[in-house]
Amino acid sequence: MELFDNLLLGAQVAFSLENALYCFIGVLLGTLIGVLPGLGPTATIAMLLPVTFTLPPVAALIMLAGIYYGAQYGGSTTAILVNLPGESASVVTALDGYKLARAGRAGPALGMAAIASFFAGCVATVVIAFFAPPLADLALKFNSADYFSLMVLGLVAAVVLAHGDLLKAIAMVVLGLLLGMVGTDVSSGASRFNLEISELAEGIQFVTIAMGLFGIAEILINVEQGEKRDVFVSKVGRLLPTREDFRLCTPSILRGTALGCALGILPGGGALLAYFAAYTLEKKVAKAPKNFGHGDIRGVAAPESANNAGAQTSFIPLLTLGIPSNPVMALMIGAMILKQIVPGPTVMTEKPELFWGMIVSMWLGNLLLVVLNLPLIGIWIKLLTIPYRLLYPAILTFCCIGVYTLNNSSFDVFLMAVFGVLGYVCIKLECEPAPLIIGFILGPMMEENLRRAMLISRGDATVFFTRPISATLLAVAVLLLLVIAAPSIRKKREEAFQE
Amino acid sequence: MEIKAPKDFWAGLMFIAIGLGFAYAAQEYPMGTAVRMGPAFFPTVLGGLLALLGLVLLGKSTAITGEGVPQFHFRPLAIILLALVLFGLLLRPFGIVAAIISLVVVAVLAAGRMKVQKVLLLAVGLAFFSVLVFHYGLGLPFKIWPWQ
Repeated sequence: MELFDNLLLGAQVAFSLENALYCFIGVLLGTLIGVLPGLGPTATIAMLLPVTFTLPPVAALIMLAGIYYGAQYGGSTTAILVNLPGESASVVTALDGYKLARAGRAGPALGMAAIASFFAGCVATVVIAFFAPPLADLALKFNSADYFSLMVLGLVAAVVLAHGDLLKAIAMVVLGLLLGMVGTDVSSGASRFNLEISELAEGIQFVTIAMGLFGIAEILINVEQGEKRDVFVSKVGRLLPTREDFRLCTPSILRGTALGCALGILPGGGALLAYFAAYTLEKKVAKAPKNFGHGDIRGVAAPESANNAGAQTSFIPLLTLGIPSNPVMALMIGAMILKQIVPGPTVMTEKPELFWGMIVSMWLGNLLLVVLNLPLIGIWIKLLTIPYRLLYPAILTFCCIGVYTLNNSSFDVFLMAVFGVLGYVCIKLECEPAPLIIGFILGPMMEENLRRAMLISRGDATVFFTRPISATLLAVAVLLLLVIAAPSIRKKREEAFQE
Repeated sequence: MEIKAPKDFWAGLMFIAIGLGFAYAAQEYPMGTAVRMGPAFFPTVLGGLLALLGLVLLGKSTAITGEGVPQFHFRPLAIILLALVLFGLLLRPFGIVAAIISLVVVAVLAAGRMKVQKVLLLAVGLAFFSVLVFHYGLGLPFKIWPWQ
């Protein structure tokens, strides 16, 4: 069986001493930083990216994936032990998790989150192994017109799933696309929008943008809000949930995993949608929905499994189409490009060891999460009690060093500060920065495919509507926009995000 | 005309300014044709689109009531920016230890009072840790001391 051979190849790569070690370090570092309050997964990865610069490509990507899971799990730990509304990636877990912690059941909540995530991770790994190859085959049939339309769909999906105002989200995507134009134009060799600054001739490094928008801007906001954290650490108790908990949660975990796997594949941040949807679904099917929001352990298990499954299947569009489905995947693409790997359907055929190694390492990473987190929970709790005024100078230091090492130039530090201010202003004006980073990554690819498509069709723009693949993708994009713009659904969407 | 949604209003203005800025700057390069697009084509279209979106937001802000812009706190903002700029300026001439210490010492001012000993301990600790991890651990080339 081919699948079996592939997984075997992946296992050889992932279980090699070196790569397993990097996976371990990634998960550990990710959790370590992800646990810190006020740092979401995106900021965590942006901050830790420079650590992988000196590694070979396979090891670097395995480590980054590990950092991602670690950061997500760390975020859940924070959500359960500290009531920190505002971080979209762990808002739902906080609803019931924190109540459980206050009721003295922090241990089982943490344990259940770990077990639910692990189960979802195992299933999602198999889903990727099954679905990625046929999707990559399909993607090989794409020409530039199809790719352009696919990217339009990806951007529309990114907009639809952003919080808040639709118009602002679209504008942020366009702004991201424009920022992606800075630097050398691939087709003509012209250096654009460099403001006569030599450091800009090669374009803006995406790490600089990501750290500014997510790292620095978050610090700017957090510092002015001051300290108002309510850490609940008195007693975690035994971590293993009771048999009754397991009986209660098993169907929830199964439903959450299924939702996560399905929605995670969608371009445009399906993982986050799955996370919210899983909670809503549990509330709908539960016999006593009143318990939700007051410390129901199913309210932890279902969204956590959906979140982790979605986080993993969101690698499918990345690995097969080269399209990032959320800001974290945009960072992954950026990291791949830095390692001279062109993300897309050819990765699987040209670099099978990278592709399958990464997939198997995802499973390994999830296993390590459980093994690592349950005994180390005491350390994570200690980290949670570090006051923010000690924490943010450290985050600033690591951001500065990381950005500086990109080109060994102070210019990137200044540029990061500029994007920090932009991010700060955007948060104040309620414009989400996540669509911007996706636009930024897709900008150059989109321009290139648009130009090539127009050149091949001799300037006939109807090519986007006459090719079946392209037409279908565009139709889906338009449909999505129409559906979201419809007032009744818009209301529902707002409600979903509010819950 | 009355601004009913200040958040939308200012966001709209920002997008118009940036969009027009990009579209204007793009005119320096050849536009090309639809068949052979020049380097100015895509940015001009996108810049125009961004300005248009900004305009719609502006229009919306006079029609539909929305939230006000939350207060900007300029003091912590300025302090942290100063800390970042100092880091960038000091790193090359004086090395990473000095750059980190200045970054931390300035940055802590943003959050209010803190004991001097504590600040110094944090600064020196972070500098030591960073040199250890990034220079010796990851092998990134840094100038460490000012006299090197």
